[in-house]
Amino acid sequence: MIGGLFIYNHKGEVLISRVYRDDIGRNAVDAFRVNVIHARQQVRSPVTNIARTSFFHVKRSNIWLAAVTKQNVNAAMVFEFLYKMCDVMTAYFGKISEENIKNNFVLIYELLDEILDFGYPQNSETGALKTFITQQGIKGQHQTKEEQSQITSQVTGQIGWRREGIKYRRNELFLDVLESVNLLMSPQGQVLSAHVSGRVVMKSYLSGMPECKFGMNDKIVIDKQGKGGTTDEPGKSGKQSIAIDDCTFHQCVRLSKFDSERSISFIPPDGEYELMRYRTTKDIILPFRVIPLVREVGRTKLEVKVVIKSNFKPSLLAQKIEVRIPTPLNTSGVQVICMKGKAKYKASENAIVWKIKRMAGMKESQISAEIELLPTNDKKKWARPPISMKFQVPFAPSGLKVRYLKVFESKLNYSDHDVIKWVRYIGRSGIYETRC
Amino acid sequence: MTDSKYFTTTKKGEIFELKAELNSDKKEKKKEAVKKVIASMTVGKDVSALFPDVVNCMQTDNLELKKLVYLYLMNYAKSQPDMAIMAVNTFVKDCEDLNPLIRALAVRTMGCIRVDKITEYLCEPLRKCLKDEDPYVRKTAAVCVAKLHDINAQLVEDQGFLDTLKDLISDSNPMVVANAVAALSEIAESHPNSNLLDLNPQTINKLLTALNECTEWGQIFILDCLASYLPRDDRESQSICERVTPRLSHANSAVVLSAVKVLMKFMEMLPKDLDYYGTLLKKLAPPLVTLLSAEPELQYVALRNINLIVQKRPEILKHEMKVFFVKYNDPIYVKLEKLDIMIRLASQANIAQVLAELKEYATEVDVDFVRKAVRAIGRCAIKVEQSAERCVSTLLDLIQTKVNYVVQEAIVVIKDIFRKYPNKYESVIATLCENLDSLDEPEARAAMIWIVGEYAERIDNADELLESFLEGFHDESTQVQLQLLTAIVKLFLKKPTETQELVQQVLSLATQDSDNPDLRDRGYIYWRLLSTDPVAAKEVVLAEKPLISEETDLIEPTLLEELICHIGTLASVYHKPPSAFVEGSRGVQHKRLPPRAGSGESTESPDVGQSGPSEAPPAVIPSQGDLLGDLLNLDLAPPTATVPSVQPSMQMGAMDLLGGGLDSLVCSSPAMGAGLGAAPAAMPASLGSAPAVGGGLGDLFDLGGGVGMPTGSYVAPKTVWLLAMKAKGLEISGTFARRGGIIQMDLSLTNKAMSVMTDFAIQFNRNSFGLAPAGPLQVLTPLSPNQTIDVSLPLSTSGPVMKMEPLNNLQVAVKNNIDVFYFSCQYPLSLLFVEDGKMDRQVFLATWKDIPNDNEAQFQIKDIHLNSDVASNKLQGSNIFTIAKRTVEGQDMLYQSVKLTNGIWVLAEMRIQTGNPNYTWMCWRRPHVRECVSQNDSPVIS
Repeated sequence: MIGGLFIYNHKGEVLISRVYRDDIGRNAVDAFRVNVIHARQQVRSPVTNIARTSFFHVKRSNIWLAAVTKQNVNAAMVFEFLYKMCDVMTAYFGKISEENIKNNFVLIYELLDEILDFGYPQNSETGALKTFITQQGIKGQHQTKEEQSQITSQVTGQIGWRREGIKYRRNELFLDVLESVNLLMSPQGQVLSAHVSGRVVMKSYLSGMPECKFGMNDKIVIDKQGKGGTTDEPGKSGKQSIAIDDCTFHQCVRLSKFDSERSISFIPPDGEYELMRYRTTKDIILPFRVIPLVREVGRTKLEVKVVIKSNFKPSLLAQKIEVRIPTPLNTSGVQVICMKGKAKYKASENAIVWKIKRMAGMKESQISAEIELLPTNDKKKWARPPISMKFQVPFAPSGLKVRYLKVFESKLNYSDHDVIKWVRYIGRSGIYETRC
Repeated sequence: MTDSKYFTTTKKGEIFELKAELNSDKKEKKKEAVKKVIASMTVGKDVSALFPDVVNCMQTDNLELKKLVYLYLMNYAKSQPDMAIMAVNTFVKDCEDLNPLIRALAVRTMGCIRVDKITEYLCEPLRKCLKDEDPYVRKTAAVCVAKLHDINAQLVEDQGFLDTLKDLISDSNPMVVANAVAALSEIAESHPNSNLLDLNPQTINKLLTALNECTEWGQIFILDCLASYLPRDDRESQSICERVTPRLSHANSAVVLSAVKVLMKFMEMLPKDLDYYGTLLKKLAPPLVTLLSAEPELQYVALRNINLIVQKRPEILKHEMKVFFVKYNDPIYVKLEKLDIMIRLASQANIAQVLAELKEYATEVDVDFVRKAVRAIGRCAIKVEQSAERCVSTLLDLIQTKVNYVVQEAIVVIKDIFRKYPNKYESVIATLCENLDSLDEPEARAAMIWIVGEYAERIDNADELLESFLEGFHDESTQVQLQLLTAIVKLFLKKPTETQELVQQVLSLATQDSDNPDLRDRGYIYWRLLSTDPVAAKEVVLAEKPLISEETDLIEPTLLEELICHIGTLASVYHKPPSAFVEGSRGVQHKRLPPRAGSGESTESPDVGQSGPSEAPPAVIPSQGDLLGDLLNLDLAPPTATVPSVQPSMQMGAMDLLGGGLDSLVCSSPAMGAGLGAAPAAMPASLGSAPAVGGGLGDLFDLGGGVGMPTGSYVAPKTVWLLAMKAKGLEISGTFARRGGIIQMDLSLTNKAMSVMTDFAIQFNRNSFGLAPAGPLQVLTPLSPNQTIDVSLPLSTSGPVMKMEPLNNLQVAVKNNIDVFYFSCQYPLSLLFVEDGKMDRQVFLATWKDIPNDNEAQFQIKDIHLNSDVASNKLQGSNIFTIAKRTVEGQDMLYQSVKLTNGIWVLAEMRIQTGNPNYTWMCWRRPHVRECVSQNDSPVIS
């Protein structure tokens, strides 16, 4: 298991050092500094073995977190733990920076004592931790016996991510469906590869221990119901449902229930968390199409014309659109004409960057540029990197729709109807490229 | 509240100030002071002097302060065991506290204090805490048992904690179960044979129930534990799989990977015709793909594991090629791993896409990545025959870029393509030859030379090309030298008329001027072959080579199986078994996959699992065309028995070399020992009793028997170097030997202690001739009591150099699981006499005259009853070469030369008078060497 955990600043000075196992000596701290932080070359692996000691590291801004071990530990677990450690620290004191770590070193030691015992990760849900690890630290004395046992049963219990007795005057929840759509298209407009990776982020402000059930237009579920003879017209629902390639859930979701019935039921943590992640590859709505036209006029000139077409409902608006058209290395000058937005040649980035603030659906816009080239005797042809695009649209390109999120809390007197629910869809570009 | 100020106090006299503050009456001030102490401790300052003062602060009702004091205790208790005892009372009291958080804190901290006296007091509180009413205390106590076991295993067993821990597996609280499982698994690892975990269907059922309820970390502990269970039949295996598959949707990648491990292992037991088997295969792919959207460090772990999974069951991911395409922003370690998997998944169906990608990669910036991409194109060509042509043309395009490292890498892979598809693409050779001059890496040069030799008949100026390499023969690396030798011999066999001179040149370079045994051996073999039977030579050298296999770099099947059992762990990241990087007894156990399901094996449908490497392991032939391998299949016996007959048609000069040279070749085969051994066989046996200490020379002549001595070199009998009483029961005796040009240290390790010894390692201090172990000390099995193991440790002379007193002194450190032991020994200097120490006559004469008088020394060796020829023969066995012999007034004078590994020459004159041999040894320039040589050599000769 994890033998020790160190936090360094960018210079390699130790900010936090906690050793859990006898086989890790103080020299391990220095070994990592010398061999990794001060190493000349770029990091070639996140796992380093120095003198039979293995170091796992992650970096957050210029802070290094390193876990050390001499055993055959579960490597995936160590990294997951380091990420979790970062999350916990962020939840307690915000950004992970040298200053914040120094300011909170006592707290960090206290946390490390709690979430890692003899190198075994323990409950690391901030919701639970915040009930008994507080910066005041004196709370312990004023707790009643009931409060204490409530804490311990929460930390060790089945629902470690939520504490009892949460109360809100207004029961409210927010669902954000955040998708990033990735595309690689050939110059002829053929889709080479496309996929959407999405996340459902939930902010819950609900009283008590609410039982939730989340439903979306998952093809498998809809088809099942279609067979059951619901009122929905089977043909119609078939079109609206989407095929999900794979999804993963927050630990609050009952996985065995999802596996057997494909229903997503859970008791949510309080506040913001990521309910699920998913990936789809079929029937993706590609919000934009890029049509490139590159013509070489002689050896010293290039003519580029790029048309972008928006492909969604005219009533919706896409935002923060940016098209990046790469230019050859020997470009000497560029003249750009565009109908909409602003375009600029950025010599340092070897690209023309065309920005449009807003664009409605079913529209098209065009840019043309003349690129003058310096004559070179370089035989190597210009590799023509793809044209890439960035944007944000107010719908889910995968076609995912939230069908319901039902809330049941039997002990308190509020029902599903009393909960105010908000759903928002945001589609963003991932790697969205068209070859030219 | 800003705590960062505590880091900045660097005043002098700080300790005194802190001491005062710690003893302050004000609580706030105390706490501040303890914080300062902890901050100093963190940055590595020694604040152990404050121990009593800090411990005094322990009796407090302030939880935060208490935790800080505990932190301090855990760090320093070991260095102040007597004072640490002061803390015991508070711990014991805290273990009875009403607040479960404080009870748990006390038991948790106590377990971290590794002081024997405290441990004694720990047992009672721990026993209570294991049965505490609060689950938080129980889960902490469960881990504490593992801590205590690490300190004192016997105590844990005697106190019966293991049974209590086993009971906790049935606890009602899932987290208690998970921690108990983790603790038991760890304890079980250090008792490989005990049946501690005692997994049976009932306990498995309990674990599977807890799996659904506990934290993500607990799920990992349980899954990792489940993976070590062996289901009784395929039905049980299936039912476990069914209950584990939901974990594949967990957001925590470690949970997913551990679930994959369990499934990969138990799948082995399922019959392949079962529907469920197919379903399971399908279920595994999506979560593995999803792992690639995790953070880069986890992606790396996932990719290393996918690399294993793809080798074991290629069918799982065969349709998922695209997800392994490299993204521009991927860190380099992710890129390199993705590339590896792309090649493994390449098939006829997707090769076009793969090639297009690889071509893109070859234009990137990172040199390692580009090289690997180029190499990958070559591997695709070898793997997918239909694509070979396209791959070759892609490689040619890349060569046109003239980017130096791209060109070199391309040439290396084209060589492999030639080996896979002989006589198919030689049209590209012309292009390759154009780039001859730009090659500066040995591997590329060797590859190019191989190509020229292989296709010599089609390259008009092959002789010129090879000759150009020959000029700097001695500066080339061995790899290139070997390749050049072979290529020229091939050329000679193909075009004998024009290349005689060339072949003679290379043979003499290889055999006379080189001190590399491989090169010389190969040179002699060729020379011999060519001179005895050119037809046979042709058959041998130009024989059809076995085609290289399409699958390169496959992990050896048994290792792969073991690594599959370690999915998710460091072993799977390193692709090494745990025993290779874990010290001590942990991880020595080798895990195995469960036996394959009997049914369905034979009726296996052709599309499932046909490509699994475990079923039909392809013959893996290293792609680096190493011709020596092919050559060694020759039966060397007949030629050694016959006297070399000169083929007049060969018109070779310097034939006498064959005779002399061959003798030393012959020495490397035991059967030939007779040549050397004949004369000494007549030696009086009494000579063997000459003083043996420090490498008695007299024994050299005992060689007479010649039994079991692979070379003529003298080996002293083993002497005891390390006494058992000085080394906690480990006795080491040993000696040194020079065999076939390699210096070896022969050791006998005897375990005279009561317990098993493992984990041997050896290290040398810096010494006069830079002797250093050339490899690790290979003690593969643990050394049980009263057992003796003989090991032979090859040594190199490339270690750091420092003059020792005496010169041939060697200080050695040997480590085992118990401790590190030091001893020193002396090696005979004859160990360092190299095989090519025969000086040219002219050079000898010239040097002899130049030796200043004060560099001369004389020694007498008595009681030798040998004639000069026998002595000279004998000495040659130890690489003391007789250059000339003169007889003056009934005295035989032998002039001898010796070369040491560090290039120092020693010249000697030996006078032998019948009945009373009298030796004069002279050496040049290094007086201290001289003394040593003399000491050493007297035994060698007498």
